[in-house]
Amino acid sequence: MRLRLLGKYVIQTVITLTGISFIMFAITMLGTEDLARQIITGAEDAVVSQEQIDAVTRELGLDQPFFVQFGHWMLNAVQGNLGFSYMARKPVVDKILESLPATLSLAALSLFLMTLLSLPLGILSAYHRNRLPDFLIRGVTFFGISIPGFWLGLMLLWFFGLKLGLFPIVSSTIRWDTVFLPALTLAISMTAKYTRQVRSAVLEELGQDYVMGARARGMSELRILLREVLPNALLPLVTLYGLSIGSLLGGAAVVEIVFGWQGLGLLAVKAIEYRDIRLLQGIVVWIAGMYMLINMLVDLSYALLDPRLRRKEVPHE
Amino acid sequence: MNELIRGLRTNRQFAVFTVLALLLLGAAVFAPLLTSYHPIDADLKNAFLPPSAEHLFGTDKLGRDCFSRVLYGARASLASVFLLVGLVFTVGTALGVLSGYLGGRTDAVIMRLADIFISFPGVLLAIAIAGIIGGSMINAVLALTCATWPKYARLSRSLVLKVKQNEYIAAARVNGGTPFHILRRHILPNLLPLLIITAAADIGALMLELSGLSFLGFGTQPPAPEWGAMISEGRQHLQTAPWLMIFPGAAIFISVVIFNLWGDALRDVLDPRDEQA
Repeated sequence: MRLRLLGKYVIQTVITLTGISFIMFAITMLGTEDLARQIITGAEDAVVSQEQIDAVTRELGLDQPFFVQFGHWMLNAVQGNLGFSYMARKPVVDKILESLPATLSLAALSLFLMTLLSLPLGILSAYHRNRLPDFLIRGVTFFGISIPGFWLGLMLLWFFGLKLGLFPIVSSTIRWDTVFLPALTLAISMTAKYTRQVRSAVLEELGQDYVMGARARGMSELRILLREVLPNALLPLVTLYGLSIGSLLGGAAVVEIVFGWQGLGLLAVKAIEYRDIRLLQGIVVWIAGMYMLINMLVDLSYALLDPRLRRKEVPHE
Repeated sequence: MNELIRGLRTNRQFAVFTVLALLLLGAAVFAPLLTSYHPIDADLKNAFLPPSAEHLFGTDKLGRDCFSRVLYGARASLASVFLLVGLVFTVGTALGVLSGYLGGRTDAVIMRLADIFISFPGVLLAIAIAGIIGGSMINAVLALTCATWPKYARLSRSLVLKVKQNEYIAAARVNGGTPFHILRRHILPNLLPLLIITAAADIGALMLELSGLSFLGFGTQPPAPEWGAMISEGRQHLQTAPWLMIFPGAAIFISVVIFNLWGDALRDVLDPRDEQA
């Protein structure tokens, strides 16, 4: 049963990844008539000889029919070769792997901060439903979802970096003080979303009979919240968490630009600026793959986390 | 329509935020009357002036009045977000309704396509598309349409599947109603309230994404005033002229707050659960 589910996921992933690759390939063909010239000059204006253009065209196979090019690219991609980045003058895979430490550290810290903030806020909000703490927390989270992430980042940078001088403005190395502000920026936006989810999940659990039972047995409120309610309330949040991890692994382009953080998002934007289509395509396919892998893990983990599902096997797909 | 008018009278939140949203639109439309400074013409003598009575929001590196740029910027920001919401709504709903009503192969193709677009952080897809086809307001709108339509397609498809099971649909079919007639008279009216509520609630979020694309340089191009692009320009002068970054950002923030709260109130006004009961 579980194996069949896994097989279904793998097939779906393959179809989707092929689809994404195809769409990306088609878009790059649409958008750039003079691809070879742009690949050579990158973001700058330079005089390029016809010989150079011809050489690049031949080397990249740009003169071949669309489907031949696409088939060729797919064949290489399956073998783990995503092509050659013209901007960096190295394989696309190397370039992606290089930006992983920055992407991973930013993702990890922002998720950690978000969890640290949203769990207590959400529980507090639900427990004091429609009383002052709830109104305050709901108000703050409302502002949190309405604020542009890049603007929040700039304001934090301006205030804590420039005014107070607590954090470095731009830094290319990964240290706790360089990762903190970008992570906080991402965490604040996410916290706003999660706090609401935690609140409604906890509210739903608080209405269950077992809570009344626990109270009748004289369990302390804190114990009920932490030992009984929280584990059940967290279950529906797993999906959301998975989605966040997936999109964080794809880099947070806007926030990365604000802080000059050398993650995947910044790399993708640079690839666009330099018209490095192979690199861009590699990044997009990589991110799509990560996103789907994590969604798959989330779905499969449900069976492990939820004892009800474990006993009956997975009732529906 | 009647519900909206009743809502204006009975729901105070809805009334207040409708007025605020209209004020925002008014500010965009009547920008020339509200400021005497041209939003694009340079005035180099007056570069980098801090906010004052003369220049409420200060001036930028070309001496342009930041207040009038923010006002005129509302045009680009609001126009693009309404265009985007309209486009996503139309494309997504049309595909979803087709998918749900026709079923079979059409359904499979459309839904697989939706799966592909959704298995993917939408912002990145939009960045890739807008970046490759070139930065402009229209391209940013198209890119975000590509990234957002599956949400509406899935929602409207599931609604159609639910409505289709009602007996009056079977009755209409027995009475010889054409598919077009059934869709228009019996199915669409059932979907619209929920879809409109979803679209209204999305205005704020889509506004944020559009301004993000502009900030990255894939939306409206300078020197045309647009809030996201203005923040991107102001970012280079963070140290010396923070007002260039603060005011356009505040404009985005306030607009998004207004539209989010308006969307919330609209849901209470239209509440489709009451209608179905």
